[in-house]
Amino acid sequence: MREELIVSGRMNHLVDPNLHIWHWHIPLYLFLGGLAAGILFFASLYTILGKENEYRTAVKIAPFITPFILIIGLIALFLDLNHKLYFWRLYTTIRLESPMSWGAWTLMVVTPISFIWCALNIRELFPRWKWPHSLLDTAEAFFRKNIRTLSWILLIFSLILGVYTGILFSAFNARPLWNTSILGPLFLASGLSTGAAVIIFMSKSHRERMVFARIDLMLIGIEIFLIVHMFMGFLASTQVHIDAASLFLGGPYTTPFWLFVVTLGLIIPAVLEFLELRGFRVPHLIAPTLVIIGGLIFRFIIAYAGQESRWLY
Amino acid sequence: MRYAMAVDTKKCVGCSDCVVACQTENNVPIGYCRDWIVEVTDGTYPQLELEIRSERCNHCDNSPCVRCCPTGASHYSKGGTVLVTPDECIGCGACIASCPYDARFPHPDGHVDKCTFCLHNRVEKGLKPACVSVCPTKCMYFGDLDDPNSEVSVVLKKRKWKTLIPEAGTRPQHYFLI
Repeated sequence: MREELIVSGRMNHLVDPNLHIWHWHIPLYLFLGGLAAGILFFASLYTILGKENEYRTAVKIAPFITPFILIIGLIALFLDLNHKLYFWRLYTTIRLESPMSWGAWTLMVVTPISFIWCALNIRELFPRWKWPHSLLDTAEAFFRKNIRTLSWILLIFSLILGVYTGILFSAFNARPLWNTSILGPLFLASGLSTGAAVIIFMSKSHRERMVFARIDLMLIGIEIFLIVHMFMGFLASTQVHIDAASLFLGGPYTTPFWLFVVTLGLIIPAVLEFLELRGFRVPHLIAPTLVIIGGLIFRFIIAYAGQESRWLY
Repeated sequence: MRYAMAVDTKKCVGCSDCVVACQTENNVPIGYCRDWIVEVTDGTYPQLELEIRSERCNHCDNSPCVRCCPTGASHYSKGGTVLVTPDECIGCGACIASCPYDARFPHPDGHVDKCTFCLHNRVEKGLKPACVSVCPTKCMYFGDLDDPNSEVSVVLKKRKWKTLIPEAGTRPQHYFLI
């Protein structure tokens, strides 16, 4: 038997007895960032492929929510800071070793482009829209002329944003549950899947819904594959990684993870989308709703469980 | 220059004098501490073994906290000590999550706080860190590892020692004599 006690009464706020430095802000932001990355990825992809009119919701309608969710995400990030008045220090330096640093800069690229994207499509919502100043007309003409370049920039940065939400966690060697590079692609796949789900949710075209249901089905398959591999990796690794995995394999996060994330957030929507693609009549809002809620719960569970996993000494 | 600290686990009695000295010297807010005592009991009665350690930031050579800091507030200073510049710290908590020793904490003023090896307030004036200087059993050693005659170099040459979680790859510079 081995017992380890901190006897001098160390009870540092938010650190003892279990690390709890990150609350709801970070997982909410990671969810919203991934969601925005997903929507903007599809918008730029189908612009580059020249299918703007075929996938009208994906390219022209769904991106309208991205500035809002990015701003809510940024507000959550700001509220998470303990030294709020110094937040601008993020933007006086670029540190490539720190995912939080290049992630903050990625947001500084993606957020303005999401506004530009909405401005370019504003006439989809308000057909009689007129800019109050001729300068804005010139700007619109400029971006419309360079839409392909803009799309390529957005495509690349939305992928970086989607991966970054996972890398932010996986860079922490001190928390074994987070310290797996699978979190990057897993969060990206989840972000793209929630993005596709929002497009299905908003689309009025049956054909567009079917295309995105197929994409979502594929992404869910990738997510399940990555989750299985994540646990295989943990169980084949050191004791601290096995302990981290056991939080989900019999530990306190077993039910929330396997029931809400895997079953309700991945397997059931996959079955529903599969049936829909096979021509069964399924209410088309159920699957995307489950995917979106599952994605949100997934971020929360990983953020909270990761802070409970630690090295032994 | 490479500052390091060694604690003799055979001599430490866990009196917490180092903890109180640090809190006083560094004006650590009430309810927080930059160093602490860990007691490890091994075995079952009557075959028991006890190890007592006075712990603090390990001032790692390969610090995950410095690597993940988005603003550069966490940095290496003189002798490899790891310090935080409060005016550059945004309080994002990344370094706190990155430390396998949980040696950092959020200061009530917002920035992150931790052990400094008393670099500016004592060591640069030729004094020993507060914890080392008050230890009643003289179980703590501090000095420059690059100087073969410093008391920490001498004691590490003479005695067996270990570091905490070397497998985390942080190359800690806080040694425990065993």
